[in-house]
Amino acid sequence: MAVNLKKLATRPDLLTGGHRACAGCTGSIILRQVMLSAGADTVVGFATGCMEVVTTIFPYTAWKVPYIHSAFENVAATISGAETAFRALKKRGELPVERDNINFIAFGGDGGTYDIGLQSLSGAMERGHNMVYICYDNEAYMNTGIQRSSATPLGAHTSTAPAGKVKQGKEQHRKDLTKIMVAHNIPYVAQTTPFHWKDLSTKVEKALAVKGPAFLNILMPCTVGWHFDTAIGVQMAKEAVETNFWPLFEVEQGQYKVNYKPKERAPLSDWLKKQGRFKHLFRPGNEQILAQLQAWVDDEWEKLLILAGEQEVPAPQQTQQA
Amino acid sequence: MEQKLVALTGNDAVAYAFKQARPHVASAFPITPQTEMMHKFAEFVANDEVDTELILVESEHSAMSAAVGACAAGARTVTATSSAGFALMWEVLYLAASLRLPIAMAVVNRALSGNINIHNDHSDAMGGRDAGWIQIYAENAQEAYDNALMAFRIGEHPEVRLPVMINYDGFIISHTSEALFMVDDATAYDFVGPFKPAYSLLNVENPITVGPLDLTDYYFEHKVSELEAHQKAFDVVRAISEEYGRLTGRHYELFESYRLDDAELALVILGSTAGTAKDVIDDYRRRGVKVGLLKVRLFRPFPAAEILAALSGKQVVGVLDKSASFGGWGGPVFTEIRSALYQSPNGRPPIHNWIYGLGGRDTDMKQIAEVIDSLQAVSQGEPRETINLLGVRL
Repeated sequence: MAVNLKKLATRPDLLTGGHRACAGCTGSIILRQVMLSAGADTVVGFATGCMEVVTTIFPYTAWKVPYIHSAFENVAATISGAETAFRALKKRGELPVERDNINFIAFGGDGGTYDIGLQSLSGAMERGHNMVYICYDNEAYMNTGIQRSSATPLGAHTSTAPAGKVKQGKEQHRKDLTKIMVAHNIPYVAQTTPFHWKDLSTKVEKALAVKGPAFLNILMPCTVGWHFDTAIGVQMAKEAVETNFWPLFEVEQGQYKVNYKPKERAPLSDWLKKQGRFKHLFRPGNEQILAQLQAWVDDEWEKLLILAGEQEVPAPQQTQQA
Repeated sequence: MEQKLVALTGNDAVAYAFKQARPHVASAFPITPQTEMMHKFAEFVANDEVDTELILVESEHSAMSAAVGACAAGARTVTATSSAGFALMWEVLYLAASLRLPIAMAVVNRALSGNINIHNDHSDAMGGRDAGWIQIYAENAQEAYDNALMAFRIGEHPEVRLPVMINYDGFIISHTSEALFMVDDATAYDFVGPFKPAYSLLNVENPITVGPLDLTDYYFEHKVSELEAHQKAFDVVRAISEEYGRLTGRHYELFESYRLDDAELALVILGSTAGTAKDVIDDYRRRGVKVGLLKVRLFRPFPAAEILAALSGKQVVGVLDKSASFGGWGGPVFTEIRSALYQSPNGRPPIHNWIYGLGGRDTDMKQIAEVIDSLQAVSQGEPRETINLLGVRL
């Protein structure tokens, strides 16, 4: 499957302009890129969230494909219903228009995916529906005003875990949802970003091509929630990969593959410095949190390399007898 | 038309009705006492007696969500639930109605937790009475079966396009074998007919957006269209019930009047207790007491004008509620009936309420007699509390 930029560029946009996304939003870039690969024979479902709110507001819609939104926590179940309807109607020869295949894509933010929608997602993946779930992960509940989610990284300032005199933002590391999805033993799981357009398009094509469920986790740098200049959103996605904060990898039939390895991983602090949500970490006294975050990134990267068979499992350390 | 006389539990009877309607999709999550309905339906699927795709979800929230997705994609869709499962669906119940998706759902009525209790009362469905669904209640397995078949026609009617709850009492109806008449499969499907959805997500050549953000400038008007659909449902329920009556000989109206026309004392009951009450009424009639019953069948939409006409001129009305409205003035059925009677042109009859049977507390003939005795006492000028409890240890 080779992604052809020329071909992609000539395809019609299935998410029209004129929607109400923020200036500098990388979410709409993600949606457009996904839809360029998916094409018009696609049914899209949305969890409640920023991209749902900005792309449909009655009587307008930015979607040129069939679209359904019902609630916050149920997009996986909702799309599993539509996908099942497709199979049932096809079997009886009752489809409204003849199609051998229709793509079913459920979109959710990290709130709708990591947190409130996790049960619905897990159920749909386990049931084996022929659908792709795409999480646009901007690492907090941006739609409701930047509250912490289980995808928010350690130390990040949010409205519900703010940096103050005695607290320094979120006190926990982020949840590794991608690996939770791998544990469902579904045929395809991958992580990507909107900077890596070729990687993203390839992964969308692969996810749609597999029989059964697939899951994509796409990092969505958010100018409003992360507090960075509106011009650098896509660059922020690139740097998240260069720092190993957000590795590009895929898991096909259980086999891990790291799709990109930075020649020399960039220091995490360079990336953090550009984001207002981490500003307080650079005040004196918070060096420890920065070090903790860097160590966590390095540790997670090492674990990923081991899973991908690119690094030996370290020998167990001798435990000292008491 | 020849019909088969069969002995079935209420759950099995409704499973047969669902099978005969040939739904494309059924989603479900187990909960007592609904479980055996879906067991039976799953057997039909496993034995190729119906070509339905099952979605065996991980919760009732997902059962209703999957039903919404399937029905929006143009599939005839069924599901079933009880009690806590119904409560977990609550958010999505409103969506199903607002998106005008004619999902058919068996609600095997059971008490809500807590404390946890698996037996029958109506607190589950009453908690969802304002969700926008049509609600039909049954007295026995025959009615549950008949209502289930009619539910598809009613909900899918182009003037209505609303989801329908087919309510029947947990255990009392769901798990008790009764003799009932069943229509054969071909006749039943001929009556129900194919689902003709107004829109489908699967029409990729004519894409639609379902469930957009709907704010101050349009939301209200959309709610009005839902209110209007409920008003239009009265005629549709009447017409479909008449057609079903011609087909089967079993005639249904918006509610049933049992020895009500010349009655001075009127009971209002919904669900299986109506059957018990009919026996007690017969006893009192033999003794010359003019008592009758109005059995509520269609609770949403609520046929207020027709009920007013039926109860107008009665000396006393007693309403039985198998659910409590905590902090409210009487149970939900009482509130509706009393409100309907406010419009009475020839004087409002005294109206009293009995909360009964919560958590499956058995309601026997003696208890119904107690209510009728109280109504008689009121008619003779004796004072009685407006809101009363029945069958409770005090």
